[in-house]
Amino acid sequence: MSRFLDRLTYLRKVVGDFSNGHGVVTTEDRGWEDAYRNRWAHDRIVRSTHGANCTGSCSWKIYVKGGIVTWETQQTDYPRTRPDLPNHEPRGCSRGASYSWYLYSANRVKYPMVRGRLLRLWRAAKTQQRDPVAAWRSIVEDPAKAQSYKSMRGVGGLVRSTWDEVNEIIAAANAFTVKTYGPDRIIGFSPIPAMSMVSYAAGSRYLSLIGGVSMSFYDWYCDLPPSSPQTWGEQTDVPESADWYNSTFLMLWGSNVPQTRTPDAHFMTEVRYKGAKVAVVTPDYSEASKFADLWLHPKQGTDAALAMAMGHVILSEYHAKGKSAYFEDYCRRYTDMPFLVRLVERDGRLVPDRFLRASDFADKLGQANNADWKTVAIDEATGQLAVPLGSVGFRWGEQGKWNLEARDATGAEAKLRLSLAGASDDVRAVAFPYFGGIKHEHFPHSEHPDIIERRIPVKTIATKDGNVQVAAVFDLFLANYGVDRGIGDVNTAGSFDDDLPYTPAWQEKITGVAREQVIAVARAFADNADKTKGKSMVILGAAINHWYHADMNYRGIINLLVMCGCVGQSGGGWSHYVGQEKLRPQCGWLPLAFALDWHRPPRQQNSTSFFYAHTSQWRHETIGVDEILSPLAPRRLSGSLIDFNVRAERMGWLPSAPQLEVNPLKLTRDAAAAGKEAGPYATQLLKSGELRMSCEDPDNPANFPRNMFVWRSNLLGSSGKGHEYFLKYLLGTQHGVQGKDLGEEGGKKPEEVVWRKAAQGKLDLLVTLDFRMSTTCMYSDIVLPTATWYEKHDMNTSDMHPFIHPLSAAVDPVWEARSDWEIFKGIARTFSDVCRGHLGVEKDLVLTPLMHDTPAELGQAFEPKDWRKGEIEPIPGKTMPQMTVIERDYPNTYRKFTALGPLMRKVGNGGKGISWNTEHEVDFLGRLNGTVTEPGVTQGMPRIESDIDAAEVILALAPETNGEVAVKSWAALGKATGREHTHLARPREDDKLRFRDLQAQPRKIISSPTWSGLESEHVSYNAGYTNVHELIPWRTLTGRQQLYQDHPWMLAFGEGLCLYRPPVDTKATAPMRGTRSNGQPEILLNFITPHQKWGIHSTYTDNLMMLTLSRGGPIVWLSETDAKKIGVEDNDWVEAFNVNGALVARAVVSQRVNPGMILMYHAQEKIVNVPGSEITGARGGIHNSVTRATVKPTHMIGGYAQQSYGFNYYGTIGTNRDEFVVVRKMVNVDWLDRPLAGAAAE
Amino acid sequence: MSTLDYILFGLYPYIAISVFLVGSLVRFERGQYTWRSGSSQMLRATQLRWGSNLFHVGILFLFVGHFVGLLTPHWVYEHFISAPAKQMTAIVSGGIAGVACFIGLTMLLHRRLFDARIRATSSVMDVAVLIVLWVQLVLGLITLPYSLQHSDGSVMLLLSEWAQRIVTLQGGAAELVAGLDWPYRLHLVLGITIFVLFPFSRLVHIWSAPVGYVFRSYQVVRRRAPARSTL
Repeated sequence: MSRFLDRLTYLRKVVGDFSNGHGVVTTEDRGWEDAYRNRWAHDRIVRSTHGANCTGSCSWKIYVKGGIVTWETQQTDYPRTRPDLPNHEPRGCSRGASYSWYLYSANRVKYPMVRGRLLRLWRAAKTQQRDPVAAWRSIVEDPAKAQSYKSMRGVGGLVRSTWDEVNEIIAAANAFTVKTYGPDRIIGFSPIPAMSMVSYAAGSRYLSLIGGVSMSFYDWYCDLPPSSPQTWGEQTDVPESADWYNSTFLMLWGSNVPQTRTPDAHFMTEVRYKGAKVAVVTPDYSEASKFADLWLHPKQGTDAALAMAMGHVILSEYHAKGKSAYFEDYCRRYTDMPFLVRLVERDGRLVPDRFLRASDFADKLGQANNADWKTVAIDEATGQLAVPLGSVGFRWGEQGKWNLEARDATGAEAKLRLSLAGASDDVRAVAFPYFGGIKHEHFPHSEHPDIIERRIPVKTIATKDGNVQVAAVFDLFLANYGVDRGIGDVNTAGSFDDDLPYTPAWQEKITGVAREQVIAVARAFADNADKTKGKSMVILGAAINHWYHADMNYRGIINLLVMCGCVGQSGGGWSHYVGQEKLRPQCGWLPLAFALDWHRPPRQQNSTSFFYAHTSQWRHETIGVDEILSPLAPRRLSGSLIDFNVRAERMGWLPSAPQLEVNPLKLTRDAAAAGKEAGPYATQLLKSGELRMSCEDPDNPANFPRNMFVWRSNLLGSSGKGHEYFLKYLLGTQHGVQGKDLGEEGGKKPEEVVWRKAAQGKLDLLVTLDFRMSTTCMYSDIVLPTATWYEKHDMNTSDMHPFIHPLSAAVDPVWEARSDWEIFKGIARTFSDVCRGHLGVEKDLVLTPLMHDTPAELGQAFEPKDWRKGEIEPIPGKTMPQMTVIERDYPNTYRKFTALGPLMRKVGNGGKGISWNTEHEVDFLGRLNGTVTEPGVTQGMPRIESDIDAAEVILALAPETNGEVAVKSWAALGKATGREHTHLARPREDDKLRFRDLQAQPRKIISSPTWSGLESEHVSYNAGYTNVHELIPWRTLTGRQQLYQDHPWMLAFGEGLCLYRPPVDTKATAPMRGTRSNGQPEILLNFITPHQKWGIHSTYTDNLMMLTLSRGGPIVWLSETDAKKIGVEDNDWVEAFNVNGALVARAVVSQRVNPGMILMYHAQEKIVNVPGSEITGARGGIHNSVTRATVKPTHMIGGYAQQSYGFNYYGTIGTNRDEFVVVRKMVNVDWLDRPLAGAAAE
Repeated sequence: MSTLDYILFGLYPYIAISVFLVGSLVRFERGQYTWRSGSSQMLRATQLRWGSNLFHVGILFLFVGHFVGLLTPHWVYEHFISAPAKQMTAIVSGGIAGVACFIGLTMLLHRRLFDARIRATSSVMDVAVLIVLWVQLVLGLITLPYSLQHSDGSVMLLLSEWAQRIVTLQGGAAELVAGLDWPYRLHLVLGITIFVLFPFSRLVHIWSAPVGYVFRSYQVVRRRAPARSTL
C-alpha cells in the first residue's frame, strides 16, 4: 500500500526465531525482489544467430522485452547426436553474447546517409533537371564536382537523407553507368553467403539482373587454399567439428582452435579424454598450444619444410618399405601415384613433364572421346598400359564411366601398378627444382644447389611421337622427398640425420624444430593412421595459409594425409576452417542469388585480380616473375605479374570485370547494325585488335569500375589488402601510400598493359549497407541502414556442424533500418522507373571464363597458346572466354526481382556438373508463396516478395533441404558415374525443410552430391567420404587426389610436386628504413595478422563490451626481446610502417610472441581510439595499411580440369604474411581532434 | 528585527522541515531506485578511502554534536556542566571534527570536480550538495573565533533556545538570533537550506543508515507471504 507505512512494523517485525535466536523469521515486504525477477523477465524469445564470418552458426535465444532486444543466451536444443558422440551445445562465445549491444548503440546506422557534398550537388542538380539520370551525369562528368566529394571520402561529412532520395541517387547512378559504360562497371562486394544467404542474394540478384558483377571473397580473403582445387578439384570440403571426436591423432597446425573456433573447441578437448593425442604446430604460444601433448614451434613461414620432413620420415619408413598394406592400397586406388608422367630432356637433364594421355598413342588407346584428357597407368596383372576410369575425359561427352572402380576403359579389372620399380627398363636421374637455397634477409636458407637430381626407375614407351620415357608419380614423389629407394643414389638420404632436402636434419636449420620431434610426430601420425585406417587429422588454418607460397604449406600437409590414407575416412583428413562457411543449400541458393531463373550466365569476378588491377597495386609491384620461376622452367617466361593475369583473362582462364573496352550493350547494337551475331563479331574485333579487353588498360576511364555496392562486409576496414592503395587510386582521397609507382621509380613496366598516368578516384559511387558505422561506411558516398541479425529473416549454415539455422526478426528493424532484401528490392523498384527513357530491352554480351565442372574445363590440354599473339585461333569457350548474349529488360527489373523466373522450369537446376529437372519444386513454390497475378512478364510465376519467400525458394530447390531433390540429384550423378547413389538420400526423400521448421529447431541437412561427405546416422560429415566409399571421382584431371600438377605453368613455377619455398621478399621496408627517423630506434619485423580474440574480423571491435575486455583500441604484440631492443614497454604507442603505409597501435609486450615477428590481430577498426600516424599524418591506419596484394601466376591457370575457374573456387589469392614492417616507439601521439586543414565545414 | 530575519529564522525553518519530511516520504514512496548514496567508488577508488572516511567520521560527530547541543534544554545539564565549559568542549571537539571533516570533504570535492570520470557521471545535485556542505563547514569553522570572544556561552544558549523554540512550536524564536554576528546567521540559513535540499539529493541515504544491522540476528528469513497491512 505504501512503502513507508508497510515498513512501520517494528514491534511485530519478528514472528519467530530459530537456532537459539541466531536466526529470525520476519514478514517484511519482499516486493523489492521483483526488481530482480523483472530484470530477467521477458516478453518472448526468438531463435537467431550471428551472421558474422566465424563459421559458428550458433543457436541463440534472443530475448525481447517491451519491444526492445535486451540480451541473448545460448540455445541448447540442438538435435541429438549419436550415442557415442558428445552433444553440440552449448555453442557460442563472448563475441556473440555481446551482439545485442549494437542494436541501440551510438554506432548504429539509423538513417540513410549521404556524403554532404554529394547531396548538395545532387539537390542542386535536381533543381536544374528533373531527370535523375541527367542529374547524375551533370555531377560525375564534371571533374571539379566529382573531385569535390570523392576527395572527402573517409573524413566524415555524412548527412541524413531519406530512402526515396537515396534510392533515386543510386538508381540514377546505376542507369547512367549501364547506359554510358556498360553494366559490367557496376560492382558488388559481399562475402560468405552462408552467413546470411538471403541478404547476400538480395544484392547479387539485383546486380545479376542488371548485368552487374558479383565479386568473390574466399580467394581475396586468402582463405581459399588453391591447393585444395589443385589436389581435389574441390573448393574446400572439410569434416564437421564433431568428426574431430572420431579422430585418434589430431594435429592443430596454424589454427588456434579455442580462440577462433570457440564453439567447436569442446570436441577437441573431449576427444583427448578418449585418448586422442594432440600435436600443435604454431610459432607463438597460442591458446591452442596449451592443449598440446607435443607443441612444435617452427619459425613462421617455414611450415612446408616441417611438413616435407615429416613426409620424408613417413615415406621412408612406410612407403619405400611397403610397411603398410593399407597405405599402399589407398594410394593405388585414390591417388594419382600410379599414373605415368612423361620425362623430357631439357638442357641435358631429364625433367618430369605432363601426364601421359591416351591421345599420345596413335590408336588413342581406343578412346574416341576426350583422349587428350584421359591419363594412363600400367595394369599390374598384365603389365600393359591401361586407361583407368574416372579421369576427367570420362566426365564429359560420355556417361557411366566416370568412377573410381578398379577398371580400365574397356571395363576390365585393372589393379594399377604403383611403382615402376621391378617393371622398369632403366634407372635415370631426374631433376627437381630446389628453392630452399634462396637467400632472404630474415629467413635461413640451406646451401644446396637449385637443381637436385635423383634416380628413379623409368620405362620407355612407344607413342605416336616416338619413344618417350615415363615414370610413375609414386616414384617421382618419393624421389622429390629425397627418400632412399635402395638404388644407390647419393642425393637421397641414408639416414634422417643427413643434411639433404627434405630430411628432419635438413629442416632443423630452417624451422628451428628439433629433428627428434619431427620424427616422433611423423611416426605417431603414420602409425595411428595405419592402425586406424586413416583416423589422423590435421586442423589447419590462416596462419599458414596467408603466405605467398601457402600452396606449399598446404600441399605438404595434404601429402601427409593422402599418403597415410586419411582423406575421406571418418575421423581423418584435412580440416581447413578459414572463411569456409559452407553454404549447405548452395544449389537451391544459386538461382535466387544470381538470377539464374532469368538469365544465365551471371557476371562473377575474382576479387584479388580485380583489386590488384583497379586499386593500382600492380603499379607498385616489386616481385619479379624470375624471382619465383623454377630453375627448370622450360623458357624464361617474360612479363610482370599483371601480364600473367591479363594473359589468363584473354585465354578465358580468369574472369574479367569490366570486360571489354566498349559498352557491351553498344557492342551488340553495332553487331546487329553490321548484320552479325555479337559473339563472332566481338571475337573478330578482338582478334584484329580493334577491340581490346579492359584488363589491358586499367587506367583508361572507359575501363573504370564506376559504381560499387558493399554489403555484409567491411571491405575497407577489414579485408582490403593494400588499404592505402584503395584510398589513393580507387577512392581518390586522403591516403598513406609512401612508395612511388614503377613509372616514377623507373622500374620495369608490364608488357601487356598500357602504362598511363595513374588514375585516382575511379569510383563514382560507393554504396555501403551496414548496421554499424564501420570504416567502410566512413569512406562511402551513401550508407544504408540495414537490419541487424536480430531484425531480419534469413538463413545461416556452417562447415562446422550439419545444421541449417535461421536468423529471425526478434523485433522489426529500428529507426529507419530495413533488411537487405527490402533495400535491394527498393533499389530495384526505383531503378525500374528511373531507367525508363534511357534503357529498354537491351542485349548484353557476357564474357565468362572456362568454368570448372562444365565441359569448358577441357580447354587447352597441352602448352597454352595465346590468340592475341597469333599462336592459336580465338575460339570462345576454348581458347578465350565464352561469349553469351543476354537480353535484359531493364524497366522490368523489379518484377523479375520479385518472381521466380521461367528458366527453372525450362532448363532446370543443378550444380557441380550435374543437373536435374525442377518443375515440381517450381509448382510447389507457386502454391507456397503464391503466384504473381498482375499482368506483365512475371504473371503466373511464384512470388518472392519477402525474405521468407526467398528463404523458401532456397529450401525448396536445394537437395540438402528437400529430400525429393536430393534423390533426383544423386540419380543425376549416377548417370555420370554409372553407379547407384540414391540410397544415400532415399531414407529422407519425404523430408522437406521449411523456414519455420528451422525456427522451431535447427535442422540437419540431407546428404547431396554437391558435397563430398555424408550426413547420416552412421558417420559424421567428413570431406572426401563419398569419393572413397561411393567411388565418385575427385573432380581432377586424373579423377584421383592429384599430388602431381602437370600444367605447364605449374611446372614452370616449380610446383609440379610439393617442396619448400621460403617467403618472398616484398622489398617494402628498405626505402623506409632509417629515412623517416623520429629519434627512436627502429626494428624490422615480420607482420603477422592472426584472427581476433575480441572480435570476429572487424565486427565487435567497436563493441563497447568487447573493447572493455581488451585494451579498448588497436594493439600489436611484440616479443620481450624485440621490445627491449627498441625501448618499448608494455602499453606504449608504437608505429609500424613500410612503403605501403603506416599504422599505430599500443604495444602488448609478451613472452607469447617469437622474436622477429609483430603480431596484430587483424581488422581492428580505425574508428575507435586510433590516433594519427607520424609517418602519414593521417589517422592511424588499419592492419592492411602496411600490406599490398601480390598475385601468383599458378593461381591464374584455367581451362584445365581442376585448374579451371570457379567463383570462389580457384583464382589469385590476396596473400599478406610475407610482409615486413619497420617498428618504433611513437614520440608524438596526435589525436587529430581538429578540423581537417583545407576542408570547408560540412 | 526585520521582516527578512523573521522569514529566515521564523518561517523558513518550518518550510524546510516540511519539505524535508514530506519530500523524503514522497521520494521514498515514488523513487525507490533513487534512494541510494550514489557511491562512485567503482569508478575511482583514489582519494575515496581517506576522503570519505574523514568526511563521514567528522560530519557524523558534528551532526550528533549539533543535535545534542542544540536540542538539550539547559536545565537538563546545568547540574553537570556549566555553559562556558560546555561551549569550550563543543569548540574543541567540534573544531577537531570540523578540521577532519574539512580535509575529507575537500578531497571529495576535488575528486568530484577534477576527476574526469567522476565529473562526467555526476549530476548537478551531486556537485551542489558537496559545495553546500563544504561552504557550511567553512562557515561553521569561521564561527569558532567568534564563539571564543564570548566564552560565557551566551550565544550558545541563544542558539539552543532558538532551536528548541522552533521544534517545540513556540513563538519568538527569530528574535533570538536576529542580532547575532553574520557567520552565525549565514550558518543557520545554509543549515536550514540543507534540509530543503535533502530529499532531492543523495543525502536521503542518511535515513537508511544501516544502524539496525549492528543489532540484527545472524540470519533473517523473510516469509514468502507478503506482509499484509492492517490499515
